[in-house]
Amino acid sequence: MNQKNKNIWVFAEVEHGKIAEVSLELISKASELAASFNSSRIGACLLGHRVGHLAEELFAYGCDDVYLKDDSELADYRTLPYTEIITKTVDEHRPEIMLFGATPVGRDLAPRVASRLQVGLTADCTDLQIGPHKDNAKDRTYDNILYQIRPAFGGNIIATIVNPETRPQMATVRPGVMHKAEADYTNKGNLHEISSAIPPSALHLEVLEHNTSKAKVDLAGAGVIVAGGAGVGSKENFKLIQELAEVLGAEVGASRAAVDSGLIDKPHQVGQTGTTVRPKLYIACGISGAVQHKVGMQDAGKIVAINTDPEAPIFDVAHYGIVGDVNQVIPKLIDAYKNNTR
Amino acid sequence: MGSQVNYKITVCIKQVPDTENLTSDAMKEDGTVNRSALPAIVNPEDLNALELALSVKDRWGAKVTVMTMGPPSAAEALRQTLFRGADDVVLLTDRKFAASDTLATSYILSSAIKKMQSPDIVMCGRQAIDGDTAQIGPQLADKLDIPQITYTEAILALTPRTIKAQRGFTLGYEIVRCPLPALLTVTESANEPRPPSAKRLLAFRHAQCASEKQKGGIGNKNPDISIPEWTAQDIGCDLERCGGSGSPTKVRKIESVQLVSEDHKEVPPTDEALSDLMLELMNEHTIE
Ligand SMILES: Cc1cc2nc3c(=O)[nH]c(=O)nc-3n(C[C@H](O)[C@H](O)[C@H](O)COP(=O)(O)OP(=O)(O)OC[C@H]3O[C@@H](n4cnc5c(N)ncnc54)[C@H](O)[C@@H]3O)c2cc1C
Ligand SMILES: Nc1ncnc2c1ncn2[C@@H]1O[C@H](COP(=O)(O)O)[C@@H](O)[C@H]1O
Repeated sequence: MNQKNKNIWVFAEVEHGKIAEVSLELISKASELAASFNSSRIGACLLGHRVGHLAEELFAYGCDDVYLKDDSELADYRTLPYTEIITKTVDEHRPEIMLFGATPVGRDLAPRVASRLQVGLTADCTDLQIGPHKDNAKDRTYDNILYQIRPAFGGNIIATIVNPETRPQMATVRPGVMHKAEADYTNKGNLHEISSAIPPSALHLEVLEHNTSKAKVDLAGAGVIVAGGAGVGSKENFKLIQELAEVLGAEVGASRAAVDSGLIDKPHQVGQTGTTVRPKLYIACGISGAVQHKVGMQDAGKIVAINTDPEAPIFDVAHYGIVGDVNQVIPKLIDAYKNNTR
Repeated sequence: MGSQVNYKITVCIKQVPDTENLTSDAMKEDGTVNRSALPAIVNPEDLNALELALSVKDRWGAKVTVMTMGPPSAAEALRQTLFRGADDVVLLTDRKFAASDTLATSYILSSAIKKMQSPDIVMCGRQAIDGDTAQIGPQLADKLDIPQITYTEAILALTPRTIKAQRGFTLGYEIVRCPLPALLTVTESANEPRPPSAKRLLAFRHAQCASEKQKGGIGNKNPDISIPEWTAQDIGCDLERCGGSGSPTKVRKIESVQLVSEDHKEVPPTDEALSDLMLELMNEHTIE
C-alpha cells in the first residue's frame, strides 16, 4: 500500500470564526492514532469564508496538510456545498480515516458524505483505537483497523464498530472526550487550495437567520463541575448548587430531569444527550445516577455524590459518597471550603 | 381556510426497544441486549415527525403516509400511527433486509420512496433511541438527491415550491428556506405528539399485514383494512446493497456497561467529615 492511503483526516469545523475545540481534540487524537500507522500524515479539511489564517492553528496541533476551500458561499455552514467539496477532496486523496466532531454540524454533514462515498460511518464515538480485525465468515484478517467505540442502547452497552472494507473509515466523535494536545506554533505544514467548484445545484438552501450563542457554559473544558439533579427540588434550592460552584470556581452541571423540570437551562445538561465531561472533580447533588447521566461523567477524576438514598446508583461510580440532604450538606461544604482556605 | 394544497408527506418511523425503561433482565449475562425483555415502541422522535406531518395536514392539507422497515411485528408501530392520524402505512419487510446498517437502510427506504408517488416532504425523527445514530435522515436525503433540514423544530412557511423551517440547537436556532421536495429530521422539542384517538383506535385496531394474518394474528374481524407489505423485489432493490452485504459497518464487540469506581469512601454528613473531605481535595490539588 502506498503512503497516500494511510492518512488520517479531520474535518476542521469553524465555529464563531474559530476552529471548534472538538476539531483540535480530534487532530490530537489523530496524531496519537498515527503512531500505529507508519508514515501516515494528518490532514484537515478547512471550509468557510476568510478562514485561511486558521490553518496555522491546525498545523500547531499537528496537521501536516490542510486542504482549504475559501468561498463566500461557504460562509454559513450548509449541508450540500460542504458535502460536495469534502467528497470530491476525499475522493481525490483517499485518506484511510476521516473524523468529524459529533456536533450539530458534524452529525448533519458526516452521514451525507458517507452516503455519497458509499462508506460506513459510526456516530458519536467516545473512544477510538487501532488494531487488527478478523472476519470469521470471510476468514480474513485486516490490519490497522479503526475501532470505533461508542455507547448504545441508551448507554447500557458499549459497542465496538469497524468498517473493514470501505475507505475512508469514518466516525463522528463526541466533543470533550479526547484530550487536546499542547499547541506548537513552530509546527508548519502544507496548505493546499481545493480547486473543485461548488455546483450551483448545491446552493438552493438559504440560511435566513443564524442565531447560536457562543457557549456561555464550558462544561467540556471545566476542571470542576458541581451538578444538580431533580433531588435538588426547587429553583430556590438550586442556588445552593450555583453558590458552591462559585466558591470552588466550578461550572454548573445538571441532570436531564433537572433541566426538564426547569431548574436550569439545557446547555448545563451532562450526559448522553447533553455534554460529556471530564473534570478533575464532579460533585453530583441529588442525582440518582441513571446510565444516561453516568456515561457523560464517569471519566471525572474524582466523583463526590450527595444523595438521601443510600441505594442510589450514583454511589456506584462515586469515590466519595455522602448520604444526606443536599440542602444540609452543601452549606457545610461551602463553610468547610471557606474555613480551610482562610 | 384558503385553498388546500394536499402535500404528499412520507414519514419514516422505526420500532425500537424502550431503552428508557430498562429493567434488569434486559441485559443478558454475556452483555448483549435481550430485546425480547423490552417492550417495543415507536421511536419517540418519530412521533414528533408524525405530529409535524399531521400539523401540516391540519393547516395546509396533506396526505400522510407512514413507512417503516422492520420485521412483520413492526406492523404494531404502524398501527400506532394509524391511531394518531396517518392516512396510509407501508411495511417494508424481507429477510434480505435483516442486519442492515444505516447505509443499507437508507438505500432500502429510498428505493421504496422512489416507488411511491414522489412525496413533497419526507420526514424522519432526529435519531432512534436504540442506536442514537441520527444518520438515516441525511443518508436518505442524499439517496433521494434532495436537500435536508435536520433538527427541525417548526415549519414556518410552506408553499408548493418551498419550505421555510426553524432548526433548533442547544445553544440557539437557525432559519432556513429551500425548495421542495425536501427531507426534514424532527426533534423532540418540535411539538407534543397527539395521543391515539379512540375513534381511530376502533377503526384500525384490526389492521394487519399479510404476515400477521398468516399467523392468525390478532383476530381479523375486518379483513378490508390491511397493512401493505413490500419486499425487496417489490421495491426493486439491488440485493447486494441490502442487509449484511450492503452494510460496511460491522459490530466487532459488545460489552455491557459496568460503571463502578475502584475506590469508594463513605463520608458521613457531619461538619468534621465534610471539612476533612474538602481539605483532602485541596491538598491533592483537585480543587484550588
Ligand atoms: C434517550 C435518553 C437520553 C437521556 N439523556 C440524559 C442525559 O444526557 N443526561 C441525564 O442526566 N439524563 C438523561 N436521561 C434521563 C435519565 O434516564 C434520568 O431520567 C435522569 O438522569 C434523572 O435525573 P435525576 O437523577 O436528576 O433525577 P431522579 O432520577 O429523579 O433522581 C433524583 C435523586 O435525588 C435524590 N434526592 C431527592 N431529594 C434529595 C435531597 N433533598 N438531597 C439529596 N438527594 C435527594 C433522590 O434520592 C434521587 O436519587 C436520558 C434518558 C433517555 C431515555
Ligand atoms: N428501519 C427504519 N424504517 C424506517 N425509518 C427508519 C428506520 N430506521 C431509522 N429510521 C428513521 O431515521 C431516523 C433516524 O434513525 P437513526 O439514524 O437510526 O438514528 C429515525 O428517527 C426514523 O425516522
